[in-house]
Amino acid sequence: MSWRAEGFRAWLWQRLTAVYMALFIVWFAGAVMMKHLGNHDAWREFVGDGRVATALALFFAALLLHAWVGVRDVIIDYVRPFYLRFSLLMVVGGALLATLLWALRIIFMATL
Amino acid sequence: MESKNPGSKKSRPVYLDLRRIRLPVTGLVSILHRISGVLLFASLPFVVYLFDLSLRSQQGFVQAAALLHHGFVKLWAFLLLWALLHHLVAGIRYLLIDFDIGVALPVARKSARVSIVGALVLAVLLGAILL
Repeated sequence: MSWRAEGFRAWLWQRLTAVYMALFIVWFAGAVMMKHLGNHDAWREFVGDGRVATALALFFAALLLHAWVGVRDVIIDYVRPFYLRFSLLMVVGGALLATLLWALRIIFMATL
Repeated sequence: MESKNPGSKKSRPVYLDLRRIRLPVTGLVSILHRISGVLLFASLPFVVYLFDLSLRSQQGFVQAAALLHHGFVKLWAFLLLWALLHHLVAGIRYLLIDFDIGVALPVARKSARVSIVGALVLAVLLGAILL
């Protein structure tokens, strides 16, 4: 896969990640409410479960891709001057990558 | 930017001037989809911070929970809940439209209204339970 998400490929990724995140969020919210995760031990044990951790990691990866395509479109639509547009895209891309690594680290630590 | 011939290639706007846009309800869903998406994106670091805090330790979990019930944060959390629900509901509407479901204008207008009101109602209901 190329790093440049453009045209049809970007359009498709946007929708595939959207479907995964929609299903995940409904399931996750349901599980959190049903399982009474209102204390630290139960919450950590839930997140640290191999399957939940994997699904969560996938969720954050999908979120990164989805947010990148979406915010990039917004910036390209409204920000016209080249250097401002370029700098904003760099900041957004960097922030998203950093957030993903941070989230993956949190999830990994919870499995230990 | 004043154009005498709006259809011609030369006078077509190359970017979107927010002050010149008059919105029908389908356009309102669209711009709210964008606003909610940007809001969710901008809040992501803070959400991940709360996630981190809640898993780190027993005190962290209590701190994170207390933070969510604290004045301005609670308001922000409600706004974020609405943003998520609107983005989700309007997103499902767009997916259906991608599959040629609800493309006809009267249906699209109705589903636009249902999306806006539905997301608000869901946000208030879930917010009352969760926050």
